[in-house]
Amino acid sequence: MQVKINGKQEDVNVKNILELLKARNVEPEMVSVELNSQILDRKDYAATSIKEGDTIEFLYFMGGGVAKEAV
Amino acid sequence: MSSFTEEQIRRYSRHIILPEVGGKGQRKILETKVLIIGAGGLGSPIGLYLAAAGIGRIGIIDGDVVDLSNLQRQVFHHTSDLSRPKVESAKAKMLAINPDIEVATYNERLSSKNVMSIFSEYDIIVDGTDNFPTKFLINDAAIFANKPLVHGGILRFDGQVMTIIPNQSTCYRCIFHNPPPTGLVPSCQEAGVLGVLAGVIGTIQATEVLKLAVGKGRLLSNRLLTYNALRSKFREVKLHRNPKCAVCGEKPTIKELIDYEQPVCAI
Ligand SMILES: [Zn+2]
Repeated sequence: MQVKINGKQEDVNVKNILELLKARNVEPEMVSVELNSQILDRKDYAATSIKEGDTIEFLYFMGGGVAKEAV
Repeated sequence: MSSFTEEQIRRYSRHIILPEVGGKGQRKILETKVLIIGAGGLGSPIGLYLAAAGIGRIGIIDGDVVDLSNLQRQVFHHTSDLSRPKVESAKAKMLAINPDIEVATYNERLSSKNVMSIFSEYDIIVDGTDNFPTKFLINDAAIFANKPLVHGGILRFDGQVMTIIPNQSTCYRCIFHNPPPTGLVPSCQEAGVLGVLAGVIGTIQATEVLKLAVGKGRLLSNRLLTYNALRSKFREVKLHRNPKCAVCGEKPTIKELIDYEQPVCAI
């Protein structure tokens, strides 16, 4: 099935968002997923199925430039 | 223009001749008060460029001292600053570039106790922290205080920037909901970052601050700009406010600031 992931057209063979994350080795707790312009709840990843033509964005947690826990 | 000194006209001439900025815009820059959270990788380019631009009052908060491993990317600090409080080192560099501005330092960690009183003294908040508990605290406090917040993050070869206009545009919590479990946080597990990335992302954050100050241009709100240094690629992800957001959604459940547990990591 053809879907667009982070702007790239890809062929995937998974049923839901959780399977997609697992297949790509993405830790579900370290990413937010936007499906067709809607941010999903993390608890809904397994229940959210993927269809042909879906647009999926992985939005990753990213820190900053401060070492340790100074602020 | 009459309110500028001779020296200010010369110092800011390359701004003043831009029609989008002009004397009026530079006056606004001089009257804007900006709080930078973190005097590290992101905070350094943000602070240096905003000082140079003439942001009238810059506040900087950080409770750490300069360590040798910081110098690869935290350009506020020089080798001669080792062991010095970061906010002191940062203040000295900003005033060395531009003695025309005021710098206030907070040599402490941001928490639910001090955040609202510190935020109340500033017009714009800039996030230069690396830990997620503080990023969520800053987001919620910015929503409560109704102050624009410029978010930035970097990790390995990737960076992201977004500007949050409270209750008008997508907030950090609209996207990320809650801090990730502490054991999985890459800033602990794998804290590597290409030093120059802090310059790329921090400079974009500083640009957002200047656009907010002058009131010109199109902000990075409702869009997350991401950058990958290895592929030299920028991408923009369009975003919408999340009606289920716990702090700015239709039925907000967060009414008080939260001090999430800080991950304990030995880097
Ligand atoms: Zn929100």
